[in-house]
Amino acid sequence: MEAPRLAQPVLAILFAPLLLGVVNRVKAWVGGRRGPPVLQAYWDLAKLLRKGAVYSRSTTWIFRAGPIVGVCAALVATALLPVGDTPALMGFPGDLILLAYVFGLARFFTVLAALDTGSSFEGMGASREVQFSALAEPALLLALAAVARNTGSTSLTGMMQGISVHAWTTAGPALALVSAALLLVFLAENARIPVDDPATHLELTMIHEVMVLDHGGPDFAFVLYGAALKLWVLGALLVGIAVPVRSGDPWIDAAGFAAGMLALAVVVGAVESSMARLKLLRVPQLLAGAAALSALALILVLR
Amino acid sequence: MNMLMETVVVLLILTNLMLLGTSRLFACIRLVAFQGVVLGCLPVLVHSGHVGARAVGLAVGTILLKGVVFPRLLFRALREANIRREVDPFVGYSVSIFAGILALAVSIWTTRHLTIPGPGVSTLIFPVSLFTILVGLFHIVSRRTAISQVLGYLVLENGIYTFAVVIVGEVPLMVELGVLLDIYVAVFVMGITIYHINREFDHIDADQLDSLKG
Amino acid sequence: MSLFFVGIGVLLVGGLLSAAAGRNGPWSGRLGALGAVVGCGLALAPAVGVLGTGVALESRLPWPMPGGSFRVEIDALSAFFLLPILALSALAAVYGTGYLRPAPRPPGAHWLYYNALVAGMALTVAARNGILFLIAWETMTLASFFLVTYDHQKESVREAGWIYMVATHLGTAFLLALFLLLQKSSGSLDFDRLEPGTHAGLLFVLAVLGFGTKAGFLPLHVWLPEAHPAAPSHVSALMSGVMIKTGIYGLVRILTLLGPPPLWWGWLLVGIGATSGILGVLFALAQHDLKRLLAYHSVENIGIIALGLGLGVLGVASGSHTLAVLGFAGGLLHVANHAAFKGLLFLGAGAVLHATGAREIDHLGGLQKKMPWTAGCFLVGAAAISGLPPLNGFVSEFLIYLGAFRAVSGLGTGVAVPAIAVIGSLALIGGLAAACFSKAYGMVFLGEARSGHAEHAHDPGGAMVAPMLVLAAACAAIGLAGPWVVRAIGPAIAALAGPGDLPETGLLGRVSLGAGAFLALAALLAFLRSRLLAGRRVGAAATWGCGYAAPSPRMQYTASSYAQPLTDLLRLFLRTRKHLRQPGGYFPGPSSLETETPDVCRDRIFEPVFRGFGWVLARLNWLQVGQVHLYVLYIALTLLALLIWRLH
Repeated sequence: MEAPRLAQPVLAILFAPLLLGVVNRVKAWVGGRRGPPVLQAYWDLAKLLRKGAVYSRSTTWIFRAGPIVGVCAALVATALLPVGDTPALMGFPGDLILLAYVFGLARFFTVLAALDTGSSFEGMGASREVQFSALAEPALLLALAAVARNTGSTSLTGMMQGISVHAWTTAGPALALVSAALLLVFLAENARIPVDDPATHLELTMIHEVMVLDHGGPDFAFVLYGAALKLWVLGALLVGIAVPVRSGDPWIDAAGFAAGMLALAVVVGAVESSMARLKLLRVPQLLAGAAALSALALILVLR
Repeated sequence: MNMLMETVVVLLILTNLMLLGTSRLFACIRLVAFQGVVLGCLPVLVHSGHVGARAVGLAVGTILLKGVVFPRLLFRALREANIRREVDPFVGYSVSIFAGILALAVSIWTTRHLTIPGPGVSTLIFPVSLFTILVGLFHIVSRRTAISQVLGYLVLENGIYTFAVVIVGEVPLMVELGVLLDIYVAVFVMGITIYHINREFDHIDADQLDSLKG
Repeated sequence: MSLFFVGIGVLLVGGLLSAAAGRNGPWSGRLGALGAVVGCGLALAPAVGVLGTGVALESRLPWPMPGGSFRVEIDALSAFFLLPILALSALAAVYGTGYLRPAPRPPGAHWLYYNALVAGMALTVAARNGILFLIAWETMTLASFFLVTYDHQKESVREAGWIYMVATHLGTAFLLALFLLLQKSSGSLDFDRLEPGTHAGLLFVLAVLGFGTKAGFLPLHVWLPEAHPAAPSHVSALMSGVMIKTGIYGLVRILTLLGPPPLWWGWLLVGIGATSGILGVLFALAQHDLKRLLAYHSVENIGIIALGLGLGVLGVASGSHTLAVLGFAGGLLHVANHAAFKGLLFLGAGAVLHATGAREIDHLGGLQKKMPWTAGCFLVGAAAISGLPPLNGFVSEFLIYLGAFRAVSGLGTGVAVPAIAVIGSLALIGGLAAACFSKAYGMVFLGEARSGHAEHAHDPGGAMVAPMLVLAAACAAIGLAGPWVVRAIGPAIAALAGPGDLPETGLLGRVSLGAGAFLALAALLAFLRSRLLAGRRVGAAATWGCGYAAPSPRMQYTASSYAQPLTDLLRLFLRTRKHLRQPGGYFPGPSSLETETPDVCRDRIFEPVFRGFGWVLARLNWLQVGQVHLYVLYIALTLLALLIWRLH
């Protein structure tokens, strides 16, 4: 196995928290503040890993398994994603299904860990999480089906290799629709505005944050790191399709990829600065819209 | 050029679906105006090689009329009637979107079974024009306020316009202008009617006009 | 082959002995269960042999039945279906001995019907003659009817049994028509001599209706959510896990007899699969009763199986061997997988019911600490049925997904469009199933006890825990050993998809690799955390109540509130009824909110039709005079009329 294949996992493991830092920095900049350092997420993780833990008396081993499953699922997912033309570490035809479903596994356990505490707030967050993710899943897989049709491949590696500037000039509208759908899924799955507000401090309005209220110490570090990895992986998927830098030279590809990730972080920051969170009742419509965009892209590529 | 046509197609579909899912009447008018502007570009796009003065004229005329004049009239009617939202439509918004997607599928299926003469510009433009017509009809049938019904007529006309532009290629300018004029008069009359209905009854719900039967 | 007959014989003898033991309860139970376990074990041996060697076993006995012949054959397809049927029957029998322990009455009759049901199912999948098949089919139906009405003192159980009886005989009527037509076109009812003639399409539709009623295709599923919860839990497991699969077996068997399928059969199956799958899981989401919820999930999983079979048919019709193999492999494997995890879940639900006496999810809670074994097994089943890796549900769904993506990426529109439908509906089903089972597991086993029911629960005895452990192990094993399992059932897949190798199924090895990596990483992280926490302060406290100091278990989120956003969103299909008594005034009195989600298909389709029938029949009430000699006259007149018509 040649070294470039390790690129995606290594990049994700090292730089995933950085992405959060950039997003927050952009938000602060747009809001006219200085904001936390770009490396703040790393300091938070280090601090949490040094702490002890407090567990609720209501909880069982499920509660402790939740954060671990979250991190491991995201780590497995990084092994399925390529960087530009470089094949993924573990890519195979159909790997996109595994990608979608390991995140499903992580969500299942996060939700169960939330229910394990017996807190009504966490139950509420869990209820919202399963509702929105059930609607985001078809949008994600249909969008990838459109890419599969366009590139004639069923592995993420093959799809990313099939997308190029040329593909964008011939099937631009379809790929733009796919990118839009994936952006919506990305925002929803990572609990960002306009679906969920990561900076909120009112339990009644939260989705993801409220599910992890009871985690502390190393467990919470795992939760944060797992969330950062998930942000990275879904972001990398979007960037791989929306930024068609395929030169054949792994360094240039990686640079294009990095620039794309940075741009995505800036876009997320800008969206969060300029939009309000949607009413919870409107979120399903947003996600159904994402699925409709994917379906539209499929109609375009099917002819 | 094909890609631009596809973009037009996508924009048409998206505006139609958004129209079905929006309750704010101002937003609806803006959507229809945007649709008019997009359609205005069609005559220029259809003739990939040479762009004649006539096509440009038609495009400019369409954009002015559909993108500027109609919306202004409607905005004014709306402001005078002092309503902002379509409250309580006959068919809910989620169901409307679902019906829209169904209509899209139906129109794709039907146009597959039709033999349409004329240049094969984009295989999707015919189904989408049919889809636009269906959405217009659906909007007329399913909404309560008179202004929504006017919007429905406009969308209906947009669909016919798309079909005509693509199928005939060189639309005789006079015919097209005649159609636009008809619609113009219709909008005008509707605007006046809305104003009067509103003054008489304090609302513009068209379904309550049956109380006039006596 | 003789082992198979001996096995069937042992089953029946065990049942009869159990019934004969009569009032001696313990012995009656032991004899019946022993007969079931030994009989299943004996009959299992030839099935395993056939799958291993690929050589079919056949036998023909003399049978003085007009049009019938006692032809029995175990080929790869039959063997594949026999495997889960017999294995689950044996496990459920062991469980049943524990479950029926504090029985109100001797279990002899129960075991007689249980063993008859197992024998009927085994014979159904082995029969090679139409009449023999229908007889085995009816044995199965009648035996299961008596099992469903085990608690016949309860009004609701009797009603459930009645609905089951009517629905399943409607299905049988279609099958009768199917076989009559087949006999007309081929002159024989032996399966190897059947000719579809010119109207294969009609025959296929009849098979879908007839077998679909047993399998639980929407909207023919109405009996399922009534009958499964009414039966004792191990019988529910058997019915939901394998009995409804005999419907799937019948469908694929008929598929092999009808010749090359046209494309629209695949479209039909995909359409049925998508509707059954999505609506099945939606109805499940709205249920408050644990066993009813599981019953609706059977409808969902049958839908997934139909999606796989539909893709397979599309593959055969379009000449794509890869698609055919992936579709049929996914569909068939899901049959076995569903037997494992649905059996497991029903047994788990039975253990909960046994320990607490409550099936209402909102009355339970906190059982993880009191019933750790049951809870662990139920968790495995819940994750498996949600299609999550590294368990077996994911393996079969992966194959179906892969087939669909293959079709989308490389085949014509006629196949790609239904494949897109498969992808979209599977994704939606997956998400909703995860929602539903996080609810079922989370509300029943996690948190704190919501009522007195759950406070004194404890794990059941070994006879009930052991079968659950075996099934949980099977779920994990199939999940991790995907490629080998698919290769083992290769002959059954080839019977449907056509001969040839099994392309692409080797990719399951990569899935197993990913799952292995996941488990290794999880172990590593768990170790890391325990090292980090070693020597530090690890405290225990009450759950953080967001500032509220006196939380009580009654404040927990309930199953109904958990599912409410989704059921509200999709109320168009669910028609949930709410009975709200709002608090009012300055000194509000008691207030309450009740929701119930009756079956829309039953309410909107079947009830009006049956009411219409009832009206028509009421008009004919004058024929019923209550005097026997007049009835004899009716019979004589009918016979005479038939005779005249025939001679005419």
